[in-house]
Amino acid sequence: MSIVDTAKQAAQGLMQGAMEKLVPLAPDSWIPGGVPDPLIARKHGLIGTPVSRLDGPLKVKGGARFAAEYRFDDMVYAALVYATIPRGRIVAIDQAAAEAATGVVLVMTHRNAPRMNTPAVFGSSPTAVGPADLPILQDDRIHWNGQPIACVLAETQEQADHAASLIAVTYDEEPSTTSLAGAKANGMEQGLFMGQPLLNEIGDAEAALASAPHRIDHVYRTPRHNHNPIEPHAATLAWVDGGLVIHDASQMVTQQAQTIGEVFDLTPDQVRLTSPYVGGGFGSKGLWDHQVIGAAAAQLAGRPVRITLSREGVYRVVGGRTLTEQRVGIGATADGRFQALIHSGLSVMTPHNSMPEPFILGTRAAYAAPNIALKVEIARMNMLANTFMRAPGEAVGTFALECAVDELAVQIGIDPVDLRILNEPDKDPTSGLPFSSRHIVEAWRRGAERFGWSDRPATPASRRDGEWLVGMGCATGTYPYYRMPGAEARITLTRDGDAVRATVEVAAAEMGMGTSTTTAIVAAERLGLPLDRVEVAYGDSAIPGAIMAGGSQQTAAIGAAVIAAHNALVAELLKLAGNDSGLAGLSPDDVGSVDGGLSKRDDPVRRESYASILSRARRDSVTVTAAGSPPLELMHWSMHSHSALFCEVRVNAVTGETRVTRMLGSFDCGRILNPRTATSQFRGGIIMGLGMALMEETQFDERSGRIMNPSLAEYHLPVHMDVPEIDVIWTDIADPHTPMGAHGIGEIGITGVAAAVANAIYNATGKRVRNLPITLDRLL
Amino acid sequence: MTPFSYARANDAAEALQLGRDAAAAYLGGGTNLVDLMRETVARPDRLVDVSGLPADIAETEDGGLLIGAAVRNTALAEHHAVRTRYPMLSRAIVAGASAQIRNMATVGGNLLQRTRCTYFYDTDGSRCNKRAPGSGCDAREGFNRIHAILGASDACVATHPSDMCVALAALDATVHLEGSGGARRLPFADLHRLPGDRPDIDTVLEPGELVTAVELPPLRLAATSTYRKVRDRASYAFALISVAAALELDGDRIADVRIAFGGVAHKPWRATRAEEALRGGPATDQAVHAAAALEFADARPLRDNAFKPALAARTLAAVLGGLARGEAA
Repeated sequence: MSIVDTAKQAAQGLMQGAMEKLVPLAPDSWIPGGVPDPLIARKHGLIGTPVSRLDGPLKVKGGARFAAEYRFDDMVYAALVYATIPRGRIVAIDQAAAEAATGVVLVMTHRNAPRMNTPAVFGSSPTAVGPADLPILQDDRIHWNGQPIACVLAETQEQADHAASLIAVTYDEEPSTTSLAGAKANGMEQGLFMGQPLLNEIGDAEAALASAPHRIDHVYRTPRHNHNPIEPHAATLAWVDGGLVIHDASQMVTQQAQTIGEVFDLTPDQVRLTSPYVGGGFGSKGLWDHQVIGAAAAQLAGRPVRITLSREGVYRVVGGRTLTEQRVGIGATADGRFQALIHSGLSVMTPHNSMPEPFILGTRAAYAAPNIALKVEIARMNMLANTFMRAPGEAVGTFALECAVDELAVQIGIDPVDLRILNEPDKDPTSGLPFSSRHIVEAWRRGAERFGWSDRPATPASRRDGEWLVGMGCATGTYPYYRMPGAEARITLTRDGDAVRATVEVAAAEMGMGTSTTTAIVAAERLGLPLDRVEVAYGDSAIPGAIMAGGSQQTAAIGAAVIAAHNALVAELLKLAGNDSGLAGLSPDDVGSVDGGLSKRDDPVRRESYASILSRARRDSVTVTAAGSPPLELMHWSMHSHSALFCEVRVNAVTGETRVTRMLGSFDCGRILNPRTATSQFRGGIIMGLGMALMEETQFDERSGRIMNPSLAEYHLPVHMDVPEIDVIWTDIADPHTPMGAHGIGEIGITGVAAAVANAIYNATGKRVRNLPITLDRLL
Repeated sequence: MTPFSYARANDAAEALQLGRDAAAAYLGGGTNLVDLMRETVARPDRLVDVSGLPADIAETEDGGLLIGAAVRNTALAEHHAVRTRYPMLSRAIVAGASAQIRNMATVGGNLLQRTRCTYFYDTDGSRCNKRAPGSGCDAREGFNRIHAILGASDACVATHPSDMCVALAALDATVHLEGSGGARRLPFADLHRLPGDRPDIDTVLEPGELVTAVELPPLRLAATSTYRKVRDRASYAFALISVAAALELDGDRIADVRIAFGGVAHKPWRATRAEEALRGGPATDQAVHAAAALEFADARPLRDNAFKPALAARTLAAVLGGLARGEAA
């Protein structure tokens, strides 16, 4: 990081510090969301109606073009060669055979790659999304086992792959740290997340734990996880008139275009990045080495390039979730009230990135306790830069915390649901802020009733069906409500006979979760138009603003931008309407959008249709662009989603095999915008949680730093037979302080699941497993 | 993938002619060989497609079955005579892979599957004596959960991945071969090798020799048989331990028994010691555990698979107990 960056970050920190002191004290009405979004009160519109994905038919028919399905004339195909040592230098590259192979256009290594700037590492500026603070193919240095070190371009993919296999590399290996023990021995550092220390201390938690009548104090471990979206990472790109056109798979379109542009010294208007369809992201569909290498190779060859990572390539180039070791200590009174809550430990990252797995985030607002100590430290290893994976922090943090709560319930002899409700906080226990919306107790009660929780075996290992031990477990899931700054929306109303059509453009990403559909629903509702009159454009860096499909914040960011653009549109339409309209003399605050036009809020007879306004003004269309409000609500309220998870397992007494037979998620996530796609989001998250609980583990060979199971055959994800019926319900209580009353729901689903499974396994077998995944040998 | 030529054989004679070069490989369903070629573990310069050779399942004169090498796994598993007279074979096949893969995979190809050791697959970054003789073995001190505990060597701790072969080992099958020296028959138990100091050689097949059929002998107790596979997820995973077993009782004593284990060795492991110990003895859990202890007396577990002997014994006891009670597994 340069001195300028450091100074910038310090200034941002200072500013943020001042804001954090002032914003909590401001009156609600000054804060975005201080006055509830009017859409919250509208109960019988599109919001809350199940709508199938609008792009579903196109996808089913194969008409949706993904990154690796774009084509340029004269395009060539890329294949990568990956380093096989964790750290050192390249001494020699024998590429003669590759260059002589049929169809080969060129072999690019650090020796002949164009000179490029190092991509700005994620977090170093608002638009920086580089994977690590490392140059790409600019020198002979190896930083991780699997680092791309050469790129072959050929006329076909098969020719490129074959030629890449002919390249022989000689290394001079240098000392490296590839074991956890070694990394710990090198020393630990305080973890920083988004520039803030992952550290909270309230009271004296150690002393309170030591003197508590009931005490739980254990270490829980979670392994590395790799990203396995169904669509491997790919880009099809070309240099056109000195600029770069990239068809990519991205969940951060604008930021990615900006960072790549900086690598090649391009101005923002010289990079056009589109990403209309993404086959799953989960945090992984960002900027990695392959897009930069592809663009560099295209420049060198003077031809467009398609670069598609093989499944192994995804494991070598795209980071995953790092490992954690977490201590959870809970001290409680005789009747179960928490006196001390300690959640601390370590995660591992590289010398070149800044992404500690922030597993204490969910604990900060979880339970009332007078003494709290939370801390994440980091150790560094020579490995591929780790990154975000669905609910970074909460996914693994809830495993440790919610298992510990279950262990405490067993020790006290209290129902674990009752123990959680008993320790509900009335305000955020670490920030002291009021909750914007928290209905977890209702979620627990409704979930318990529906699941049949009262039928849980009171004694562990007491229910048996033939070879199978049967048990039930529960856990709380949690994920914050976020909204990032920078979102904009552009709305165009176009006259179409006696009616209008609306186009809403947002620089958002659709990774298959239904964002484009939900955006259409929300925009149609806000504009007072039928769904089929609204078209949503997204996934294109030419659209103004920057919206990231990350932190489950995209829906809120789009929602706030559409509110701002709608306000601007109303103002513009009132101007166009002039004095001959029934709306004459009204201010934007007086009118709302209803039935394809504007109406006075308290006197709907005073109205004029959009088409009429445009027609009288002799306009075919009107376009407005506006940015969403700054997300100050995050500093004014403590804003979180929650889930109450229930799980039934059967564990085979002979073989130790676990089968999850029933699962229920009871969610408290504000108002649900589209029940159809929301259900899929929740279920998908839960399935990912089942994998985390029972089978997912990256085999990182500590001798070499090499990932040994880079394939879907050996890296186990749940198959259909591993997934039971998953029941999903929600409170549907709107958060009065968010756009539409909604919370993002992309990540909450995975949180808490591993703990619910582990707790059910304990109930079935009497065996407590504190290390994931819970494989059968741990239950024999 | 390394460039190769492709030729389709219409009969065994043509296949032998086309496959006589050392660098040729016979192609059945391609469900393993093509994967290995993509990973450049296998680099044949010619593929001889033998999937069009006889794919019949016929009764033999002595009451057994003769199964053409090109029979698809699904066809074999669904065959009425197999399901009723050799249910363990049917169950073993459907325990493997996925429906799509079983629809492609052939009997001959299934026999010649190669290990799933991840170091074997990692052509660029790992040492493997099976892939590159003399280079060393990174699995022995590395990730070896699915690896061997019996019959391994310093050079190799790989396991044979097939489910079907475990059943064939228990059933005393015979393999029909044709090669440049003519036709021969081989007891199935002798087909696969232990690794010794040549783990690169999986079987005793001569270069260019072709599997033409697998013959099942008539075996009355096979009608009371089953296959149980224990693995890390409910489907589509290789066996940590699998058991193929057939049982015939005489009152509460074991009149006859067949046992083979998968996931424990470089070859499907016929448990002759355990069978001998059990034959004529009482059909009790205790006896089964004692027999398993005998079978695994020489087990040499590795870092990640110390659980296997106990898991094998428990699974065997459950399987034989189920057969004794007349339960389908």
